[in-house]
Amino acid sequence: MELIILIISSVLVSNIVLVRFLGICPFLGVSKNTKNALGMGMAAIFVVFFSSLLSYGLYYLVLAPLKLEYLALLSFILIIAAFVQFVEMFFKKFIPALYKALGIYLPLITTNCVVLGVALENISNGFTFWEMLVYSISVPIGFTLVLVLFSVIRERLDSLNKVPGPLKGTAIALIVTALLALAFTSFAGLI
Amino acid sequence: MKKLRIVLDGMIKNNSTFVLLLGLCSILASSSTFSSAVGMGVAVTLVLIFTNVIISLIRKITPNDIRIPVFIVIIAAMVTIIQMLMKAFTPELALTLGVFLPLIVVNCIIMARAEVFASKNNPFDSFLDALGIGLGYILSIVALSLLREILGTGALRFVDPFTNSELFNITIFPSQYAIPLFAQNTGAFLMLGLMLATINAITAAVSARKAKKQAAAIPTKGGN
Repeated sequence: MELIILIISSVLVSNIVLVRFLGICPFLGVSKNTKNALGMGMAAIFVVFFSSLLSYGLYYLVLAPLKLEYLALLSFILIIAAFVQFVEMFFKKFIPALYKALGIYLPLITTNCVVLGVALENISNGFTFWEMLVYSISVPIGFTLVLVLFSVIRERLDSLNKVPGPLKGTAIALIVTALLALAFTSFAGLI
Repeated sequence: MKKLRIVLDGMIKNNSTFVLLLGLCSILASSSTFSSAVGMGVAVTLVLIFTNVIISLIRKITPNDIRIPVFIVIIAAMVTIIQMLMKAFTPELALTLGVFLPLIVVNCIIMARAEVFASKNNPFDSFLDALGIGLGYILSIVALSLLREILGTGALRFVDPFTNSELFNITIFPSQYAIPLFAQNTGAFLMLGLMLATINAITAAVSARKAKKQAAAIPTKGGN
């Protein structure tokens, strides 16, 4: 039951982009069409899940027993960067189709604060192993959901071509995001 | 004069928020109150200055192929130090900034300045560039937080992060006329979008006037 509440809260109620303000750069950057948004979302789900698993293991199996907790930030960012690099090489060599689909989004993900954010929050929230697994998969799902929704709106908006000059581009994107965030506040009653 | 130019360029022409659109996560998240905005601004500026100077000092001995991992380690070490200092001396502020304090590591603006400026210029110029970019960051986050806090609560308060006591609390208009939306997450997106549009409009108007002036200047020259 608690795990279900955790899923609902991290996908809808405190959505990573709209409520927690993480991952704004890819959110604004790769939302111009739905196909790219979906690709970025899939890459994010994959990378967030596995890098959280790796960093959680590193923290509780290596850093905590050795009393090196202060190295968490430094080691997490290195793990994430190395993992993304490794995945990229692995895909390129063994699953070229997947590499073609996700390839260009993978390097961008290293600087996606969702990845490091989730890895750090797994520790600071004191999650158990199962909570960590659920949290690290539902947060990027929430990210993908909002990214795809937003890209659909943005496609329409661009094809209308009626946006006033100064509002074009990021300004209108931010205002649309505000409306989306307003709609998502109504999920607050779910829990 | 040329040195002043570097600072001003970093602050206005390359303004991280409104021109380069980098590091928007922390801008949006930490601008709900004036106090947290100032805290975040100062933390980012400190990290920027130290990383830029260190990266510039070692730029000649850093192998080109592994420069990005080297930058990341330096930035992460610097952020860890700032985070420890803030947890020790300004615990309440560190709690308010929460996960965004360690996330300064992935703030694109720091990596961007390391790559674009510090790895190619001498330490003093890199220091000035970091100072300019940092001041530009503080300017944007503080402007956004002022608008949000005043419109959202009708008052402006500042908490001293070291003693956690209120330094001032000015009521600008009665709180029943405030729009609480602006203090919430929706307001952050809305206000940043509106500010960006305003700045775009001003930039467009200024460049249009400049173009007009130039167009007017050419015929008179021809007439003479």
